[in-house]
Amino acid sequence: MPLGPEKFLMLSAVLFTLGVLGVLLRRGAISILMSIELMLNGANLTFITFARQYGQTEGQIYVFFIITLAAAEAAVGLAIVIALFRLRDSTDVDELSLLKW
Amino acid sequence: MLTELLISPVAVTLYEILMIVNALMLGVAAMTWVERRLSGVIQYRLGPNRVGPYGLLQPIADGIKFIMKEDVVPADANKAIFTLAPGLSLVAALCAFSVIPFGPTVELFGRQIALVIVNVDGGILFALGATSLGIYGIVMAGWSSNSKYSLIGGLRASAQMVSYELALVLSLIGVLLVSGTLRPVEIVAQQAGWFWNWNVFGGWQLLGFVIFLIAGYAETNRLPFDMPEAESELVAGYHTEYSSMKFSMFFMAEYVNMITASALAVTLFLGGYQLGFPVPFSGWSLWILQILAFVGKLAVLLFLFVWVRWTLPRFRYDQLMSLGWKGLFPLALINLMFTALVVALDFVER
Amino acid sequence: MESIAFLVLSILAVASALVVVLPVVRNAVVCALALALNLICVAGFFFLLGAQFIGFLQVIVYAGAIMVLILFVLMLLNVHDERHLGSSGFFQRYLGPLSAVGFVAILVPSLVVSSQGAEFPRAGAAFGTVGALGRELFTRFFYPFEAISLLLVVAMIGAVLLAKRRL
Repeated sequence: MPLGPEKFLMLSAVLFTLGVLGVLLRRGAISILMSIELMLNGANLTFITFARQYGQTEGQIYVFFIITLAAAEAAVGLAIVIALFRLRDSTDVDELSLLKW
Repeated sequence: MLTELLISPVAVTLYEILMIVNALMLGVAAMTWVERRLSGVIQYRLGPNRVGPYGLLQPIADGIKFIMKEDVVPADANKAIFTLAPGLSLVAALCAFSVIPFGPTVELFGRQIALVIVNVDGGILFALGATSLGIYGIVMAGWSSNSKYSLIGGLRASAQMVSYELALVLSLIGVLLVSGTLRPVEIVAQQAGWFWNWNVFGGWQLLGFVIFLIAGYAETNRLPFDMPEAESELVAGYHTEYSSMKFSMFFMAEYVNMITASALAVTLFLGGYQLGFPVPFSGWSLWILQILAFVGKLAVLLFLFVWVRWTLPRFRYDQLMSLGWKGLFPLALINLMFTALVVALDFVER
Repeated sequence: MESIAFLVLSILAVASALVVVLPVVRNAVVCALALALNLICVAGFFFLLGAQFIGFLQVIVYAGAIMVLILFVLMLLNVHDERHLGSSGFFQRYLGPLSAVGFVAILVPSLVVSSQGAEFPRAGAAFGTVGALGRELFTRFFYPFEAISLLLVVAMIGAVLLAKRRL
């Protein structure tokens, strides 16, 4: 079974979809952040697959930037979760309903 | 047919892996003996001297003791992660040694074989990745033990390792700037000739070497940075609840980490297997001498590890963290800028 | 040989992603460890595709630093087990997951149909190497490189300020 691009693209679509499912189904704030990381990984896999398909380095440069951005986003997101935890004493996103009318 | 299989590149890599894993495990056993005798010398007392001549069979006795002890698992511990954690620590520590060339390129079986297990393009990054993955062993051990001492010890240990990893990597980048390549095989090859060609002297990396050593002590959780496992502070930190073989795996992982950190320092800063002076002969006598030179340099750095442990007092945790972030990290940045200046002004012949 | 590696890695990746995602797994630390395993599997895919530098970056940065940070916060906050799905509405609980699964159900067969077992073209020798990426990064992508280092400093300052107990 030769490895072709469509196998990797299928896999990245599955990973991305699982990330979306995690964001929708999960209640803990940190679990939602982890599902977002899963989505970013699916996108990274797509980028690298196409970079290999066309033999370019641009796809890898984009993945380099996406990984760096994910680090920054995880740091700030976790800091926000810590700040919210100090307020509400729980990381459940269903309790963050102060702005609900 | 069978002969071809036995000398194929895959088989040669397998032999190298077998040799290295055996050598590392024997090195761990030897290090336990060295540690106890040397600490005795430093503290003006006899170390273990009963079990064999000069206590040389003490590691065997220790090993048998560890195997015979009862394996206690805390009641509410997460058993799967509790069991996996020491294995992960040991495997990560062993993997980090794969990129280190322990000998020159020898001529064997009719072709050139570089005495290194893995020679990928991103060589040093492999060792850094394995060290990063070793942190998981400690985090998992601390959390899965379901004990407050373990949790705090695990958190502190991993926070310390992550902080000092920064200074470690930055001090490495100085060497990469000077050498222009990430492959340890080529970095060592560039340090051939006289000993002033080594990266620590001729590559202007003395500050980098010192930073690497200090960060290495912190990465391997050795005194003066061993607050997370200090007996008087946190019972035993993240391995409080571990006994018998699992504890001994953590123990072995710590010593393998020590050996790997020393081996990295030798490869990147002290010229690896290079002799440091030119010799008129070549062939197998030279190659054996070079392998012995590598082991000798490794022994010197390991002696330094033990010496520092039994000489310096322990840092408090906040002192440790502020040293890592406010002391070593800016120093490593200065080293990087200085190295960049040196390379730009062509002071280095590479 | 490569297809066996791909098969094993993909089974492991999807299984660990399922552990992260499904609400059946209530313990957040187990989810975080499963995500770390998933990230290492994705790094394995990068190596299979020949992108070595990005693979190493994935292990060192993503699996070795970001996930450790997430594990820290989980243990510091002592996050309890997640409660059941609770008060989410109809759209979130049924329609959202249904459309996500529908996306995959449309994409995967069309991918299988469109490229019938095509292989990758041979990659150049310098495809995923550090040198090639470094060259691009410091010439064509120099401005984004500097911008992202600025972004990292801003994120660091922001994270420290946001998590402070008393400003």
